[in-house]
Order: sequence, then structure tokens, then C-alpha cells
Amino acid sequence: MTAVAPDAGTRGGRLGPRLRRAVVGWGFALPFTALFVVFLAGPVLASLLMSFTDLRSADVRNPFAVNVVGLDNYLRLFDDELFVRAAVNTALFVLLGVPLTMVAGLAAALGLNSGLTRLRGMFRVGYYLPVVTSIVAVAVVWRFLLQPDSGLVNSVLRLVGLDGPNWLGRTDLALPSLIVMAAWRNLGYQMVIFLAGLQAIPQHLYEAARIDGATRWQQFRYVTLPSLRPTLLFVGVIATIGYLQFFEEPLVMTRGGPLNSTLSVSYHIYNQFGFGNYGYASAMSYVLFVAIVGLSILWFRLLRSGEEVSR
Amino acid sequence: MTAPTTSTRPTVAVPPATAAGPARPVRRRRDRVAVIVLHVVLVVGLLVMVGPFLWMALSSFKPEAEIWRVPATWWPERFTLANYRELFGRLDFPTYFFNSALVATLVTVGNLVFCSAVGYALTKLRFPGRRALFGLVLSSVMVPSMVTFVPLFVLIANLGLTNTYAALVLPFLAGALGAFLMRQFMFSIPDELIESARVDGAGELRIFVRIVLPLCRPALAALGILTFLANWNSFIWPLVVATTEDKYTLPVALALYSVGQNQTKFGLLLAGSVVVVLPVVVVFIVLQRHFVRGIATTGLK
Repeated sequence: MTAVAPDAGTRGGRLGPRLRRAVVGWGFALPFTALFVVFLAGPVLASLLMSFTDLRSADVRNPFAVNVVGLDNYLRLFDDELFVRAAVNTALFVLLGVPLTMVAGLAAALGLNSGLTRLRGMFRVGYYLPVVTSIVAVAVVWRFLLQPDSGLVNSVLRLVGLDGPNWLGRTDLALPSLIVMAAWRNLGYQMVIFLAGLQAIPQHLYEAARIDGATRWQQFRYVTLPSLRPTLLFVGVIATIGYLQFFEEPLVMTRGGPLNSTLSVSYHIYNQFGFGNYGYASAMSYVLFVAIVGLSILWFRLLRSGEEVSR
Repeated sequence: MTAPTTSTRPTVAVPPATAAGPARPVRRRRDRVAVIVLHVVLVVGLLVMVGPFLWMALSSFKPEAEIWRVPATWWPERFTLANYRELFGRLDFPTYFFNSALVATLVTVGNLVFCSAVGYALTKLRFPGRRALFGLVLSSVMVPSMVTFVPLFVLIANLGLTNTYAALVLPFLAGALGAFLMRQFMFSIPDELIESARVDGAGELRIFVRIVLPLCRPALAALGILTFLANWNSFIWPLVVATTEDKYTLPVALALYSVGQNQTKFGLLLAGSVVVVLPVVVVFIVLQRHFVRGIATTGLK
């Protein structure tokens, strides 16, 4: 790092200007890059290689002495009933959870941005609170809230004469319960992003729409929504990436049960890792990776077409 | 996403236009109804969002029998500190608390240093490989954490670092999100400022420390808070690499207690949850302006 000594000056260095620029640039970039390569980029590549081998936990000390099995791990996925189950659960989680969270997040943002409340700051803090709290603590509380007898949720339902079910104990209700909980936990994040997006919409667009006699709904449909396209794209992609990896919720709430009804792909990978099937776990993680990239591209296709128009 | 080159300073919020135009009586009455309806909806929403935490905090001061009573109570009838006394006396929560604080602090400091340095290189220095480096960082955002999970575990095991603080800290010292955030913020620092410092003979290190970092204070604050919270709450990796109690972080300890025989002692779990949640809630409420800015910076182009 002698070349970047503060008093080296712009012309005084002995190195040629081009080499000097490279040394200085990488001097700043290298610490980050080294950590990034060792702990992220490298493992991404290693995982791909592992997925073509029969690496197991017993081989950890000697990871290069394993057999190459080609695509066996990937082919095995089709016969793995638990994987299929996990894939269906994950698809449901994304298909139901992403729209639910986005609608709730946008609704909250619209409510706070309507100019009708002076308590914006208070609501914003409150709605954001679940985002910053530990999933483990959230699970402790929610497992209790969802108790069939003494739980707060069913107590409230009883007030209006409804008999609440055993939310986490039924195979048909456990996954929907987790989806609602995930929406509850994540809508605050989306709300903040939507709020920033809403504030970036020029007011004169609304004025013009009002002069043309547009109703509130029409203003929302023809001004707000098109202007929010980049924000919707961002929020949609982030939510999809996050929900495709859902794992912590079932781990702490249901352990994947009852009867695997809340088992997710990430959870299945984690279990296979626990069983020591490292090669197989890596193959599954790459399938998840491909799904994430694919769905992200889909989002871009869906929303990008109108992006240029809205700017 | 195209390369974000626009200023990332928070846009000056246009005062929200009140929906009503000139105050005509009919319009005004309709607006008042709208205000009331909106507030009812927002308050109900607030109860749904905050209620569980409120109940958690209040119930952690109840004796076990009262927690399980049907119908549930809100305010503790008999106020007790027994749960907390057991948490910090009989159980090893002070150690877990220390571990969580240590790990989150180290990771945060690392990210502040490494991400701001790489952000400076990516925005203000021209060197070969710059574009490729940014592409690498950006593309990693889509990598699911499970992809790196197994190789990381193998790596840590082969380095002999299982069940050490290093295993909890090293993999997270250089986050892509942080590099992205710092890069975006540094675009808003005028090149002329740095150019003139160079003309005056200042080296890059001095420019970075004396000029750029002070200007980056808002972004550093946002990055610091976001990183600290994420790592304070981090759970799955520590669950795997921390194998003995003296290396547990708070979420790990809480998760293990909540499935063990302590499940019957629900008051203890609630008190533990309060200990996990309270610091982040305090940090969040005190620093929420930085917070929102940081999220908006990562979220918008």
C-alpha cells in the first residue's frame, strides 16, 4: 500500500499512471473483494461443483476425494416426494404471499400518504416494528396467539361468536397461517419503499387528472399505479426472492408440520444438510437459485414494458 | 435495474396536497368522514401490528398461571419479575446477550469499513476490473442463502473455526447490500470536490478519510443500523456453527429453549423474547429517520 501514501501526489509516483491507478483502485477494493470471493462467490461456485458429486458429511475433511455423479442429484429430485411437496408449498407461499404482502404494503402506504393524517410518523413506526424484530421472538408470541384454546386470536373470534380452529395443527390451515404471518411481518418494509415511491410522483399529474374530472379511483388507476411501476417491480422482485426462500417461519413455528404441510424447499435443503447429504442439498439449492432468477426475469418482463413510458 | 446514477439524497418531500380543493362545505364534510374512516382503519391496523408485542411485554411480567388463563388478560393482575430473574440468574442469558452484541458489532464495523472503501473505489477511482467487480456484487443479490450454506460450513470446518466467534463473524463482514448502498450514495458526492483535493496534492487515502467519509455520514448511519439489526436477529447460521452454550447468540438460545423442556415455562420464553426484541425496538425508534432513509436508498434508483 506504499503507493497510496497520502503524499504520493498525482505526478510524483514512480509507477506509471495507469498502473498506479490500478494499484490505488484495488487497494480500496481488495479487502471487500477478498472477503466477498472467499465467503460468497467462492461458495456459490463450490456449491455448483458439489451438486455433481456424492459429497457427504463424512467427506468434509477431504472434499476433493469424492465421486462425480453427474446429474444424479438433480434427477433424484423428481423421485423425492418430500421435495415435490416442499416445491408445491413454496410455490403456494410465493403465489399467495407476495400479492397479499404487496397489497397490504401499498394500502398502508396510500393511507399514510393521503395527507389526511397527522400521525404518519407514529403509524409508520408501528407498522414497521415487526420487520425489525427477531423471527424467533415473533414465533414465540404467534405460537401462543394462535393457540386453539387460550390464544388471543381465537379469543377475539369467540367475541363475535366464531369457533376458531387449531390454526397450526391442521394440515389445511398451517400454511395459510404462516403466509398471513409473513405478510404481517414484511408489509412494513414494503410500505416504506412504496411511501418513497409515492412521494416521487409529481403532484402536477394529480392536478391535471383532477382538472380532467378524474375520480379518486381513476387517479389511482391512471396516475399512481403507472408511476409506481419501477417501485412495484423492485418490491415484487425483492418479495419474490425472499418468499421463495421461506424457511425460518416453519422452522420456528411448525417444524415443517403437520405432515409436512409447511415444509419448504429451503427447509428441505437444511434437513438434507443435517442428514449429511451435502451433494444433494447443493443440487436442490441450485434448483432454488434457478427458480429465483427465472421469476425475477418474469417480473422484469411483466413490468418493464411500461417503465419508459412512466418516466 | 439500470446502473443507479441519480442522486440518492432523500428527495425533499412535497407537502402532501390535501385532497380537497377550495373548501366547499360538501367537500369538507366528505373529507371529514374520510379522515375518520381512515383513522379507524389505521388504528385497527396498528393494533394488529403492535398488539402482539405489547401483549408479549405485558405478559412477561405475569406469573405462569395467569398467562394461560382463559379468557386472556392484558394487564398483569399480579406483577412479577420472576421470569427475568430466572433468565439472568439461572440461565446464561448474559452470555448470549454479550455474544449477540459482540457479533453484531464486529460485523457492523467490518461492513462500514469494507463497503465504504469499495464504494469509493467503484465510484471515484478508475481501475481495470471495476465494472466486473460491480457486476459480481450486484448479481449476488439473487443468490439464495442456502446455496452458500453447505460450502461455507465445509470451509469453516476445514479452517478449524467451528464454534468460534470467527465463524459467526467472518462470512458476513462484506455484504453486497452494503457495497451497493455506499456506491449509490457516493455518486451524489461531486467529482469536482475530489478532483480539487487531488490537485491540492492530497492522496486518495486522505481524501477518502477526510472528505468522503464525513460526507457519507447519513449512508454510514443507515448501513450501520441495518447491518446491526440484521445480525442481531440472525439465526440460522449461528444455530449451525455455534455448538456449545458459551457461543450461542440470543436468537439461538431462545429458539433452542422454546423447543426444549422449557416450552412449558412460557413466561420465561416471553421474557427472553423481550430481551431479544427490546434493544432493536429502542434502536429503531431512536434512529428511525436514518433507517427509513437507508431503506429508501437501497430501494429506489
